[in-house]
Amino acid sequence: MSETLHLVARLTSTSHFYGEVTALDNISIDLPAGRMVGLIGPDGVGKSTLLGLVAGVRKIQSGDVCVLGDNIAGKRHRDEVCAQIAYMPQGLGHNLYPTLTVQENVDFFGRLFGQSSYERALRIDDLLHSTGLSPFRHRPAGKLSGGMKQKLSLCCSLIHDPDLLILDEPTTGVDPLSRRQFWELIDRIRERRPGMSVITATAYMEEAERFDYLIAMDEGKILSTGTPAELKKQTGQKTLEEAFISFLPEAKRAGHEGVVLPPRGTHDGGVAIEASGLTMKFGDFIAVDNVSVEIERGEIFGFLGSNGCGKTTTMKMLTGLLDPSEGTARLFGKPVDANDMETRRRVGYMSQSFSLYGELSVRQNLDLHARLFDIPKRQINGRVGEMIAHFDLGDVADELPGSLPLGVRQRLQLAVAMIHKPEILILDEPTSGVDPIARDQFWRLLIELSRRDGVTIFISTHFINEAERCDRISLMHAGKILAIDRPDELRRSRGAKTLEDAFIGYLEEAVNADAPEQAEPAPKGEALQAKTAAKKPPSRLFDRGRMWAFTRREAMELTRDPIRIIFALLGPIILAIAMANGISFDVEKLDYAVFDQDRSQESQSFLENFSSSRYFELKPPIRVRAELDRRLQSGELKFALVVPPEFGRDLLSGRSPDVGAWFDGAVTFQAETSRGYVQGVLATYLAEFSRRESGGQAIVQLAQIETRFRYNQAFLSVYAISPGVLMLLIYMFSTMLTALGVVREKELGSITNLYASPASKLEFLIGKQLPYIALAIVSFLSLVTLNMVFFGVPVTGSFMALMVGAVLFAIAATSLGLVISSFVSSQLAAIFISAIIVMIPTLNFSGMLYPVSTLEGGGWLIGHSFPALYFQKVTSGVFNKGLGFSSLYTSYLWLMLFCLVFWTMAALFLKKQEA
Amino acid sequence: MQRRLKNIFRLGVKELNSLRRDPVLVFVIFFTFTFAIYIVATGVQTELRNASIAVVDEDRSDLSRQIRAAFLKPYFKPPVLLELGEIDRVMDASQFAFVIDIPPNFQADVLKARQPRLQVNVDATAMTLAGNGAAYIQTIINRQLAEFLSRSDMKPTQAVTMTMRTKFNPNLQSSWFMSIMQIVSNITMLSLILSGAAVIRERERGTIEHLLVMPVTPGEIMLAKIWANGLAIILAVILSLYTVVQGILAVNISGSIALFVAGTSLFLYAMTALGIVLSTFARSMPQFALLAIPFFVVMNMLSGGTSPLEGMPQFLQIIMQAAPSTHFTSFAQAVLFRGAGLSIVWPQMAAMLFIGTILFLTALMRFRATMSSAH
Repeated sequence: MSETLHLVARLTSTSHFYGEVTALDNISIDLPAGRMVGLIGPDGVGKSTLLGLVAGVRKIQSGDVCVLGDNIAGKRHRDEVCAQIAYMPQGLGHNLYPTLTVQENVDFFGRLFGQSSYERALRIDDLLHSTGLSPFRHRPAGKLSGGMKQKLSLCCSLIHDPDLLILDEPTTGVDPLSRRQFWELIDRIRERRPGMSVITATAYMEEAERFDYLIAMDEGKILSTGTPAELKKQTGQKTLEEAFISFLPEAKRAGHEGVVLPPRGTHDGGVAIEASGLTMKFGDFIAVDNVSVEIERGEIFGFLGSNGCGKTTTMKMLTGLLDPSEGTARLFGKPVDANDMETRRRVGYMSQSFSLYGELSVRQNLDLHARLFDIPKRQINGRVGEMIAHFDLGDVADELPGSLPLGVRQRLQLAVAMIHKPEILILDEPTSGVDPIARDQFWRLLIELSRRDGVTIFISTHFINEAERCDRISLMHAGKILAIDRPDELRRSRGAKTLEDAFIGYLEEAVNADAPEQAEPAPKGEALQAKTAAKKPPSRLFDRGRMWAFTRREAMELTRDPIRIIFALLGPIILAIAMANGISFDVEKLDYAVFDQDRSQESQSFLENFSSSRYFELKPPIRVRAELDRRLQSGELKFALVVPPEFGRDLLSGRSPDVGAWFDGAVTFQAETSRGYVQGVLATYLAEFSRRESGGQAIVQLAQIETRFRYNQAFLSVYAISPGVLMLLIYMFSTMLTALGVVREKELGSITNLYASPASKLEFLIGKQLPYIALAIVSFLSLVTLNMVFFGVPVTGSFMALMVGAVLFAIAATSLGLVISSFVSSQLAAIFISAIIVMIPTLNFSGMLYPVSTLEGGGWLIGHSFPALYFQKVTSGVFNKGLGFSSLYTSYLWLMLFCLVFWTMAALFLKKQEA
Repeated sequence: MQRRLKNIFRLGVKELNSLRRDPVLVFVIFFTFTFAIYIVATGVQTELRNASIAVVDEDRSDLSRQIRAAFLKPYFKPPVLLELGEIDRVMDASQFAFVIDIPPNFQADVLKARQPRLQVNVDATAMTLAGNGAAYIQTIINRQLAEFLSRSDMKPTQAVTMTMRTKFNPNLQSSWFMSIMQIVSNITMLSLILSGAAVIRERERGTIEHLLVMPVTPGEIMLAKIWANGLAIILAVILSLYTVVQGILAVNISGSIALFVAGTSLFLYAMTALGIVLSTFARSMPQFALLAIPFFVVMNMLSGGTSPLEGMPQFLQIIMQAAPSTHFTSFAQAVLFRGAGLSIVWPQMAAMLFIGTILFLTALMRFRATMSSAH
């Protein structure tokens, strides 16, 4: 076992699959400790999967993965070592919280690892200093440039002094200057902590030159290992990129040759793309500042710059996606017009983020676009086939893009952009994440399009060697163009050896002019190292500090989104006002009409009883029988009375004439009530009649039936409905907001922080839940005030009893949200399911509108399976019935039981590792 | 024009494909239009059914026993006998909706024409049951009294009789009403969320942007979303009407289902357009959810399906005229229950078309505007 001491990780026959796709194919490898290990190879070869397995954020499917001395598949070991591992996932700032400031982001990670506030302050100072982020402490992470985001991400990873730092393509999409600074930073940190092992993946071969030990991968297999020098020596190649290519199997290399850019023949095509003084402002922020370029027909024009420098915005203005704040953009000499379909048909655009339909297969995506671009039907299959062949998509033609590696997806995107043979191609970083061979292929294709077909190509990239292949390039930084010229011309005018140096030269000039901030290691660093190095974070089962870290963060994110808070608090109030006024079962003014076939004095006086009642509203009389049916059918009348001929004569002669009453049964509740009212009026009439007849002698009433409407003497809907409405609103809003909480992190990627942190599932869930509980209680108090002050519905029982019930209900409702959130995988599904799960049982089976005592079977069961019913008992009990604790404690117990069940379910559904 | 139609068709097919690939969503739609309808229709009673009743019989006479025996199934659960002191407790705990207190010497006092006082306690927090139930109980007791006396010699006279008939739903089964109203409320909820969330999802993933650089207009994108999402819901509605409503619940649908489907299409046109309008105001899914809640909650509760429109204050009635769901609710009731034809329901259909078009135009205007501000 002495050997393992020098290893940071050892993988033994490890394989990993995503459905049908093999990501890792029976890999066995040792990763040396205390060194900088680099995984090289194109995207989709299994680098990220391997890193995920080592970091413990991905579940091991087969094989053994030993990390820091023991098998990482074991939960106990994982819990122990995760405090020693730092994992920075792929993607710019994916594990950051965009609305939180730089300092708050780092602070959150510090709290997760249980550091004291003093320790955090020291460490944050130290890290921000050494990364040069100090001046931007209070800037939200979402507003940082790509390079700064990655530095911040690194700070977050380093806050707990890990022994093993895992970086997944940390510099992809970052400008060359920031890239260089990033690696210098890593070097400095390693100098300070020589024992730390670093494992990193990269797609830039130039970067890999500086690593200690390289692992070259392709298609889930390891091609070779060794130091950069060894790899180059093995193959006899000068650069790593060439060395890598020669490791590839023969079949892949076949057809690979260097990319040569033949000079452009004639320059007679005129101008294809023309931008003058383009400026784009988003509020105070100037994304693009006075950009002017002219691109000739058939030219390959490169746009070189870091993420967030304005390349994408410029391209969007050229395609008409954005209207420029100032300046004009012209394509083929015509101003860009969003409504000009003809121009659009001549342009192909590929956006930076993957923007094809994940639900459609590769072939379906191509087919859809071919049809949308109106390619004649007969040619569609041919075109689609041609694209599939050209871009080597044959093997994956019927797969869904989501399951494909990034590189393949980028090829698909390009295929889609070219399907209609456009005259201009606008490509926004088309090759990021694509392997060198595919990139070369891709470029040969572009060159062919440009030189043979005269297609104008406007391409943005952050690969320097790609920029070399352009006819002209422009260097862009912070919305401004620093220089435009031929690549060799730029190099020469800067006196630099390589284009990269030239670019860095321009960048440094621009950056220094902006902010002369220099990265200086803080002096306090060393002292801190000595002081806290030995400390280990607490790994108790449930740590309040960690839970609090999640709570604080969720609360901060919530307060940074004022729209959400305003809606969450105002929404219920507006709804409560609408519903307390609107929902009324007080039936009044029922429209009715009379078909009087008698028209005698007696019938008139009989009918007067109805027309004088406040419950009924008389409509014009019915003249013929058919009219009765029609008017009932149209919904105009709720009921109709038919007085028979000879009514008066029969009445006086004691022959009991029979009056017909026809009700509209469509709205059953209303029909039922109308029947009751009509019967009541009839009874009054009869009593009156018999008293008149008998001269006041007959016994009208045998007994007095006294009906007491308890809890709501006036029998007004507002008293009965308002408490239920309050319950429904608290329920709906709390559940839905919480339901979006977890699933949103799943969709946006920050859930990885949970995977990689020592926090337990319950700490995470309850931590996230607390702010929403607080929100629910504030909302509850506002609704109670509304009920009491504006609707005049007083709390007749114990206010404390109501309050306790509300707190328990808020916990139960938000816990239900957590269950939904942990279960589903998309925000859309979360909204749907919470809407349905709240609305249907609550409206029907909670006792809010229809009494629980009448429920039967399935309805009864459903009603009793959700917390709404129990809180409804509390609200109506306290508001209407004047109850207190002693009558409500069973409801409390039920609500507590729901909390426990929901927490358990949420914890079971939530995964702490990726599949 | 033909091109436009083709684009709308293709984009819609894409939309349906996306839906097909989301099994959770398909299941939710299926569930709400089948099981949920069934459970609500059979579980909720708006008519007097299964009312829980208790009697405090301090008289223990023939008459009081006769009254007790008159509360029959299915209207009432068998009456439970209570002691006088228990009334408050059981009513506080909502165990019984009605408690009748028959005083001592009740029979004797009736026979002596002393008009004794019988008390009916009603739990008035159960609005839908309390009023109707109280009226029923009163009628039942009066009938029993009359019957009891007819056996003795005091015969009351009935000068006028009344025959009551109910059209369209002769037995006033609330499952008829509830099933159809639940369908209406499902359509409201699903159409709003489905279309709006589809837009947000495309925006969050960047696919909308991609569409907008192609020779496709925002109007086409929206119409595609409308027809595709609408079609999915209409299919679910038709399935629900034939299998659950007519089949299992045996509701007698008197009107034309074809006419109903036509009206539903107009409603969906308006609702999906509304969903898109809302989506243009939201920057993220949580914001959209918060925006959507008030809309579907209000539409579900105040359109006349839950409580009658006539009971609402005048100003609210006027406001609700702007909601397509109000017109759809009365349209659905007229067509499905009362068998109304086009000549009767055309105003509702015209209103939905009008509101839908206004919403559609608003959506169109805001659509591109929001695209430019998103970055």
